[in-house]
Amino acid sequence: MIEFPQLSLHVPEPAVRPGGMPDFSNVNIAKAGSVPRPPVDAAPEDIRDLAYSIIRVLNRDGEAVGPWAGLLSDEELLTGLRNMMKLRAFDARMLMAQRQGKTSFYMQHLGEEAVSCAFRKALRKGDMNFPTYRQAGLLIADDYPMVEMMNQIFSNEKDPLRGRQLPIMYSSKEHGFFTISGNLATQYVQAVGWAMASAIKNDTKIAAAWIGDGSTAESDFHSALVFASTYKAPVILNIVNNQWAISTFQGIARGGSGTFAARGLGFGIPALRVDGNDYLAVYAVSCWAAERARRNLGPTLIEYVTYRVGAHSTSDDPSAYRPKTESEAWPLGDPVLRLKKHLIVRGVWSEERHVQAEAEILDEVIQAQKQAEVHGTLHAGGKPSVRDIFEGVYAEMPAHIRRQRQKAGY
Amino acid sequence: MARMTMIEAVRSAMDVSMERDDDVVVFGEDVGYFGGVFRCTQGLQAKYGKTRCFDAPISESGIVGTAIGMAAYGLKPCVEIQFADYMYPAYDQITQEAARIRYRSNGDFTCPIVLRMPTGGGIFGGQTHSQSPEALFTHVCGLKVVVPSNPYDAKGLLIASIEDPDPVMFLEPKRLYNGPFDGHHDRPVTPWSKHELGEVPEGHYSIPIGKAEIRRPGSAVTVVAYGTMVHVALAAVEEMGVDAEVIDLRSLLPLDLDTIVQSVSKTGRCVVVHEATLTSGYGAELAALVQEHCFYHLEAPVVRVTGWDTPYPHAQEWDYFPGPARVGRALAEVMEA
Ligand SMILES: Cc1ncc(C[n+]2csc(CCOP(=O)(O)OP(=O)(O)O)c2C)c(N)n1
Ligand SMILES: [Mg+2]
Repeated sequence: MIEFPQLSLHVPEPAVRPGGMPDFSNVNIAKAGSVPRPPVDAAPEDIRDLAYSIIRVLNRDGEAVGPWAGLLSDEELLTGLRNMMKLRAFDARMLMAQRQGKTSFYMQHLGEEAVSCAFRKALRKGDMNFPTYRQAGLLIADDYPMVEMMNQIFSNEKDPLRGRQLPIMYSSKEHGFFTISGNLATQYVQAVGWAMASAIKNDTKIAAAWIGDGSTAESDFHSALVFASTYKAPVILNIVNNQWAISTFQGIARGGSGTFAARGLGFGIPALRVDGNDYLAVYAVSCWAAERARRNLGPTLIEYVTYRVGAHSTSDDPSAYRPKTESEAWPLGDPVLRLKKHLIVRGVWSEERHVQAEAEILDEVIQAQKQAEVHGTLHAGGKPSVRDIFEGVYAEMPAHIRRQRQKAGY
Repeated sequence: MARMTMIEAVRSAMDVSMERDDDVVVFGEDVGYFGGVFRCTQGLQAKYGKTRCFDAPISESGIVGTAIGMAAYGLKPCVEIQFADYMYPAYDQITQEAARIRYRSNGDFTCPIVLRMPTGGGIFGGQTHSQSPEALFTHVCGLKVVVPSNPYDAKGLLIASIEDPDPVMFLEPKRLYNGPFDGHHDRPVTPWSKHELGEVPEGHYSIPIGKAEIRRPGSAVTVVAYGTMVHVALAAVEEMGVDAEVIDLRSLLPLDLDTIVQSVSKTGRCVVVHEATLTSGYGAELAALVQEHCFYHLEAPVVRVTGWDTPYPHAQEWDYFPGPARVGRALAEVMEA
C-alpha cells in the first residue's frame, strides 16, 4: 500500500488584507484591442479562450481600438457618459440622504456604472432584465424618472411600491426591470424562464439575467445554466465580478475555476469576459450576446470584470477586510474617467464641458430630490398608508386579511 | 461574570465550545476573516485558524449540506445563516436530510449540527431581513428549535445546542443583539450592560433545551412568548398594570408544556405572542395545547398577538410589529372576557 500524506483543508485567501499593500498583479489583463471578435454563430467550443481573456476597447491613451470598437456614435457615447455621471451623482445624493435619516438603507454603484448603463443600450423596448440591487443604471439609461426612484427610496406617499420594499428594490415592467428580490440568485433562473416563454410564443424579445460574483455559488445560478443550455433560451447571463461579496473576496465563490466566465463552458454556453469599466467594451459584448439571442442561437454568459469601489451597502465598512487604497490600485481604472478621456480624444468633449455637465447633472438630481421630498421621506411628511400593508398580498383580499386590517384600525 | 451583549454572549459560547472541543467548526457567509455581518464570530478565525472558522460561498444549501457531511464524519459544525430569511435555499437539506438522518439510518448516522440565524424585524430590513420562520422548523419532525431572549440564555443555550446530539435551529432575535428591546421603537434602548441578564459567566455553562423560564410571576393571566416578544410582553404588562405571569419559552421544540399548563391552570387566561405571521404560526400550536390541557380552567378564549398575515413591510414596520399597545389590548380583551 502506498503511504499518502495527511490531508489538509484548503481555504482560499485574498492576496492582501488591511495593513498590506494592494496587489492586483495576479489579474491578467489583455491589451485593449487584442481579443478577436468571433461571428455570433461561432461554436462555443471554438471560442473557449474568450472565457479566460478580457475584451477591452479603450486603451491607455483613451483610443478605441480593435475588432470590438466602432459601434457607437459620438452622440451615443456622450449619452453614455451622461448616464454614468447621473448614476454617480444620484448615488452620492442618496448616500447623503441615508446619512440624514431620509431612508433606512442604500447601495451604490461606484466604479461599476459602465456595466448597467452600457448594457441597457444593447436591449430593446420589451426585453426584460432580472436585475440585482446593483444595476440601477438599467433604469437611468432608459430614462426612468429619478423622482420615481427617490420616491421608492424615501418610502413616501408617492412610492410606487407603497413602502413595502426595501429602498432600491425597484420594479418597472414598463422599463424592462423585473421586481428585485432581496434573496440572491433566485432571479437568475427566472430570467431563463422568461426567455423560454418568449421562445415558446415565437416572440422576438430576449431576457437578461444578473448576478454578482459571490452569488454565483447559489444553486439557482447553476440551474439557470442548465435550463438555458438545454433549451437554448434567448437570454444573456450576466455576472458582475466586482471582486467582493460583502467581506468575502471573489476566490471563495470562484474556487478552482480560472474565471467566472469559464462556468459557462461546461454547459456549452459561449462565455465572454469583458473589461467592465470600459463602456465601449461592455456595449460591444452585450450587443454580440443580444444578437445571438435574437438570432435564436441561444444563451451567452458574460463576466464583467470590475471593482466595487464603495462599501457593500450603508451597513458595511470595507476597511475591516480590505486595504483602504485597494480601489486606487485597481488596474482597470474608473469607467467615467475613461469614457471622458475617450470623448476628449475624439474631439467631442473637454474638461470644461465635463465640469459644466457635472454641475448640470447635480442640479438635475437635486431638483428631482426636492420634488420627491415634497411627498415625504422615511420618517417625515407623506407616507404610504397602513392599508398598503394588507393590500396586494392577493389579487382579491381574503377575509382573514380583511379582518386583520380592520383590527389594525384601517 | 462579565457584561455581555447578546452578540458577545453568542461569540463566547462558540469560543468556549471551540476551546473545549476540536471537533467544533464554525463557518458561513462572511463569518471567517470579517467575523460575520453582526460580528458574532469576530476573532474566532484568528484564534482557532482558518480551517476551524472560515468564509463559505454564498450557498445556504451548500453550507447546510456540507455541515451535514461534516457531522456524519464526526465533527460538530455550528454554522451561520446570515439572515433567517436566507435559509430557504437550504430548506431541503434541513427538513429532508438533517432532520431525518438519525431516524432513517436507525442511529447509524446522526446529525449534530447547529444553524444560527438572526431573526425578526425592527431594523427596517423589509421583507428579506425580518422574517421569523420558527414554525417552518417546528413543523418538521427531528429538529430542535431554540429562541433565546437575553445574553445569559443565549450563551447557555448555544453551548447546549452545540453539545446536543441532534440538529438545532438556533434563532437569534436580531433586535435583541444590543439590548432588551421592548417594542417602544421611539425610545432609547437600554443596553444589556444595564440588565441583569447581561451578566454572563465567561466560562462554560449550559442551559437545558426544553426548559421555559417564568420572567414575571403573576396570577391574573398567562402570557406565553419567546425572543423579542418576551420584552414586549413585559412592557405591556407593566403598562396595563395586570398581574400577569410572563413565560419565556426559550425552546419551542422540545416545549416545556408543564410550565405553561401549570400557569394557565392557575390564571385561567392566556395570551400567546409572537412576531411571525398568524396563520399556522407557532401560536396556533400553543393555543391548541392550552385548549387540550387547560380547557376546564379557562375563563376566556386564548388570544394570539402576532405579525399580520402579510410579508413584512419596510416603511410600515411599526404598524406591522406586534408592539406593547397590541399586546396590551389583548390583555384587556382576555381580562374582560
Ligand atoms: C440567499 C441570500 N443569501 C445571503 C444574502 C445576504 N447578502 C446580500 S448581498 C450579499 C453579497 C453578494 O455579493 P455579490 O453576489 O458578489 O454581489 P455584489 O454585492 O458584490 O454586487 C450577501 C451575502 C442574501 N441577500 N440572499
Ligand atoms: Mg460582488
